[in-house]
Amino acid sequence: MRSLMQQPFRTAVLVLVWGWLLFLVLAPNLLVVGASVMTRDPASFISLPVTLDAYRQLLNPLYLDVFLHSLYMAAMTTLVCLLIGYPFAWSLSKVAKRHQVLLIFLLIVPFWTNSLVRTYALKLILATNGLLNNALLSMGLIDEPMQLLYTEGAVVIGLVYLLLPFMILPLYSVFDDLREDYLRASHDLGAGRFSTFIHVIVPLTLPGVLAGIMLVLLPAMGLFFVPDILGGSRNLLVGNVIKNQFLDARNWPFGAAASIMLTLAMAFLMFAHRLSKRRIGEEGV
Amino acid sequence: MSRFVQRPDEACAGLSEKTDSPLFDWVGFWKNRPLFLWAGPMKQTLLFLSNLTKEFDGKKVLDSLNLEILDGEFITLLGPSGCGKTTLLRMMAGFEHPDEGTIALGSRDLTHTPPEHRPLNTVFQHYALFPHMSVFDNVAYGLKMEKRPKEEIRQRVEEALAMVQLEDFSRRKPHQLSGGQQQRVAIARAVVKRPKVLLLDEPLSALDYKLRRTMQVELKRLQRELGITFVFVTHDQEEALSMSDRVVVLKDGLIQQLGTPREVYERPANLFTARFVGETNFFPGRVEQAHEEDTIIVDVFGLKRTFRKPDFPVTVGQSLHVLLRPEDIRVLAPGDDEGVAGKVVERNYKGSTLDSVIHLEDGTEVLASEFFDEDDPTFDYRLGEPVKVSWVDGWEWLLPTEPETPSEEAGTDA
Amino acid sequence: MSRWLPRTYLTLIYLLLYVPIVVLVVFSFNDSRTGYEWGGLSLRWYDALFNNRAMVQAMWNSLWLALSAATVSTLIGALTALALHRYRFRGKNVLNGMLFVVMMSPEIVLAISLLALFLLVGFQLGYVSLLLAHVTFCLPFVVITVMARLSGFDERLPEAARDLGANDFTMTRTVLIPVIMPALLAGWLLGFTLSLDDVVVSTFVSGPSYEILPLRIYSMVRVGLKPEVNALGTLLLVFSLVMLMLSQWILLRSKR
Repeated sequence: MRSLMQQPFRTAVLVLVWGWLLFLVLAPNLLVVGASVMTRDPASFISLPVTLDAYRQLLNPLYLDVFLHSLYMAAMTTLVCLLIGYPFAWSLSKVAKRHQVLLIFLLIVPFWTNSLVRTYALKLILATNGLLNNALLSMGLIDEPMQLLYTEGAVVIGLVYLLLPFMILPLYSVFDDLREDYLRASHDLGAGRFSTFIHVIVPLTLPGVLAGIMLVLLPAMGLFFVPDILGGSRNLLVGNVIKNQFLDARNWPFGAAASIMLTLAMAFLMFAHRLSKRRIGEEGV
Repeated sequence: MSRFVQRPDEACAGLSEKTDSPLFDWVGFWKNRPLFLWAGPMKQTLLFLSNLTKEFDGKKVLDSLNLEILDGEFITLLGPSGCGKTTLLRMMAGFEHPDEGTIALGSRDLTHTPPEHRPLNTVFQHYALFPHMSVFDNVAYGLKMEKRPKEEIRQRVEEALAMVQLEDFSRRKPHQLSGGQQQRVAIARAVVKRPKVLLLDEPLSALDYKLRRTMQVELKRLQRELGITFVFVTHDQEEALSMSDRVVVLKDGLIQQLGTPREVYERPANLFTARFVGETNFFPGRVEQAHEEDTIIVDVFGLKRTFRKPDFPVTVGQSLHVLLRPEDIRVLAPGDDEGVAGKVVERNYKGSTLDSVIHLEDGTEVLASEFFDEDDPTFDYRLGEPVKVSWVDGWEWLLPTEPETPSEEAGTDA
Repeated sequence: MSRWLPRTYLTLIYLLLYVPIVVLVVFSFNDSRTGYEWGGLSLRWYDALFNNRAMVQAMWNSLWLALSAATVSTLIGALTALALHRYRFRGKNVLNGMLFVVMMSPEIVLAISLLALFLLVGFQLGYVSLLLAHVTFCLPFVVITVMARLSGFDERLPEAARDLGANDFTMTRTVLIPVIMPALLAGWLLGFTLSLDDVVVSTFVSGPSYEILPLRIYSMVRVGLKPEVNALGTLLLVFSLVMLMLSQWILLRSKR
């Protein structure tokens, strides 16, 4: 097997993959970092001199508001996903093994369906004269249609709907690894249900929680099409800002700076995840 | 140490494999003869392993090892994990290459031949059956590589499967078979190519105890029927003793002893072999008198016992080890005039034997294993019961004391 | 109590997950123009869909893009996984890390960096830029899928093949590739779906010369309701279900 790939083959493979990653991952990202410290230029996107204006602009109250609002919606999305997903994954891990495969499959099926189309389906339900309002009206629970679409809530619902599986799957995997013995041992040593939960279950599932947060929080700031379809013009994500700067306003330095903020957030989350895994003695990613 | 009469000239059959002479090892040559006499008709050497040395990350796994494997024999490489037995086997198969030394099959040098061109086949530890192929295709694989005609392949595969009693399973996939059946497919896959040597890398280690016993018998039968040389790797000394024509005891890449199972068990070449193969009592002895032609008198626990003179030189006052297997120990009544006094501290009922641990007055622990006496079915000891320990002279085996570092001496008489 | 509570909870969440999909499918057969009321069974939206030449063209474009992106990323990804599994080389951890970062980074970060690259080197935005971008974000997923399979791969299998007389090439063809086939298939399928579903990256790196389906849907659903989207969504759902079943079937068959 060692000689399966003789040296020329090995070299070819390594050159191919390194070339790909250097040209299409590293170089573009360095470009973005470079662009973020340049001056805006409507004709050729960016120009000298080097400046930190773009980062200063991030602190402009107008944009700061947008970012904080985006962060708030992303945080709400993550929280809702966690609150739904944690008991969901726990329940799932308690179902008989042969049913679990099918249930996981059912969880993934929506994921295999176009996310734009699924977001659009939510619009059908949430619109002022949509299905939910109609149903509530006909049951007499409300007297007039509620404004559901184009609200902050609609954006959060849309994001939760798209991202829930990404919270559930890592949680399911930690619950699946959580051996029943640990819980029995904890009970055996005199811990009640609550202290077992706090002292045993939570620490052991923490890496799953953090992986879930990482997989939900970051896209929840970037999926610009969700507010476009469900949120109206007031509920924007960081992703919308970046997209506008690059495609409409032609302010590359500012868009690049915003994107670097997202990257830093990712780096922070990855670091936290690694730390939590190390704490329970698993190898970091 | 043996219950059977022992001819002194057999004792030198525990061989030295470490030859110092670069030209021809006359001493070693003559020492080899008695073994061949014992092994029956003279057998020719098939595989020559000479001076094999291998280091991994600066650690010597094999240290200028020499071994000649005879045509048609069942030879076992026995040793604890890390002793180099698997590396040696993988070298024969061609998966590892020696840093120094050569491997030759008859007159053909195989040292740098890739595995696919060696007329040796391997039965792997966890079988390594191709999971995506049926039993038939697994067994046929090697013949397809030889580009044999279809009809011949079909016929030979069927023969091979019949030989391991799996004719009816040829359409199944490996995961649909039990461990023992997978094991047999692995054997059929390797022998269908009619190799000169079959290499078996701990092939029974994944099976449970009962199945292991069955497969041991089956492997022996196959080896007799096929007449192929088997090189078998194991860390299980019981398995090694019960199956092999010859056993190679390895430690730290050095051969500790090479001999028949009986030689290895009854006349261990050194303390390592004695400890590794079976359980042994080591009694400290001191030579009292060594004037006689073939007997010496040794002081053991204050008893003066007359022993056959060992192969190593002895002088009066020298310390040595007196080795006795638990089944060679006699447990006597406390009133007996013979033996050393002690008391029973542990007893284990083993079905056919009663195993006990006896503490002698000086603190030495003695393991004893006694067969049940048909006349006395209730035969047993109380814990703390005072007894005396003895043995029949001539059943013991003497070894010189060794420094605790690994010895370079391989044989009793080197 | 302790048994039916989790079950009820699971059922409830599954219902919520599937309600929008059911609504979508049911309304794709709705004859009503407004889209909110039931106006009787009809296939008119499917009809409208297939009579829209631009839409059909976008479908074919998307399909072709997804096929090629999945194939290229499976090829490169499988080779990368083999290299990572087999070789020791300098910068192996860096390579691993880069793939992981690509997988975790928000799509929009990848999207603008690629846009910057393509524009600065004067690359024409179209099929090729889409392909390069799609392969890039599919790559880590393929690598991880194949690596997982390789880590469970019995190292003795290639040796057994060699032992029985196969040379390197024959061993690769008859043992290595068949054994990692399920992972290649799974990786390919994942890449195919990721590519077909992608909106974020495609928004940035596609040009007018090559319109793809998600972008077409995007421009349709941004304002108001377009009942054709229900029909299209239903078709896509059926398509991905068929693909999923097919892959499961192949995987099960390969196990047998």
